[in-house]
Amino acid sequence: MTRPLINVPARAKRGQVIEIKTLISHVMETGFRPSNIGVLLPRDIITQFVCSYDGEEIFRADLFPAISANPFIVFHTVATQSGTLTFTWTGDNGFAVTEQASITVE
Amino acid sequence: MTAELTIDQGRRTLIKGAGALACGLLLTVRRSDATPASMQTAIRSVFGNAEIGRGKVTIDIPSLVENGNTVPMTVSVDSPMAATDYVKSIHVFNEKNPQPNVIGIHLGPRAGKASIATRIRLADSQKVVAIAQMSDGSVWSGQVDVIVTLAACVEGL
Repeated sequence: MTRPLINVPARAKRGQVIEIKTLISHVMETGFRPSNIGVLLPRDIITQFVCSYDGEEIFRADLFPAISANPFIVFHTVATQSGTLTFTWTGDNGFAVTEQASITVE
Repeated sequence: MTAELTIDQGRRTLIKGAGALACGLLLTVRRSDATPASMQTAIRSVFGNAEIGRGKVTIDIPSLVENGNTVPMTVSVDSPMAATDYVKSIHVFNEKNPQPNVIGIHLGPRAGKASIATRIRLADSQKVVAIAQMSDGSVWSGQVDVIVTLAACVEGL
């Protein structure tokens, strides 16, 4: 299974705005592109990305075919407490990947 | 005289026919594309009849893009991101890709900063529009024109 790359600072001060970078390997086939025999390749994309911080959803993105292959998403959140960030990607053909990262807030 | 007339009529019919054919071709070529009208429809389907103001939203895309398959884009919204005044959602639309939607982002006060970055595909030189809805229900937009030299999705054609 594809292993996503996640960049979360290991330590942060309470109340600090942190930047989170995520990258996952995926073709993001648009469904508008013909194959070499002229038939349209069926759509195969990631449709949703969700990030939750200790179980509470803090960021959600609905992705469309206009997102490049290997979706790269950067967003921000406030470091409130030490805990776990859960990242979930879901998409066509039953694609589902979940990854976790922990952060220490002092 | 009559012969000339017939030729003339024949020519006119030919020109008309060619014109109709050209129109037909244009329509067939354009039908699958996200035109400004379909972009408007997509915007209205997300935001309903809300009044969309100009400003507060900044899109950062290189104005000249070499490769339309991966175009780095940053969208930021001018907002304090406090518990009572924050950005609820950001939606990005385009004019000329096969589909008008690019991405839809849902944020909350815990985001701290209303700024996101990703990489998008652009099929042609076109206008990209980002629209943000605030927690008080107001809607703001920002737009940018992008020139694309190598369009996305051409490799299979």
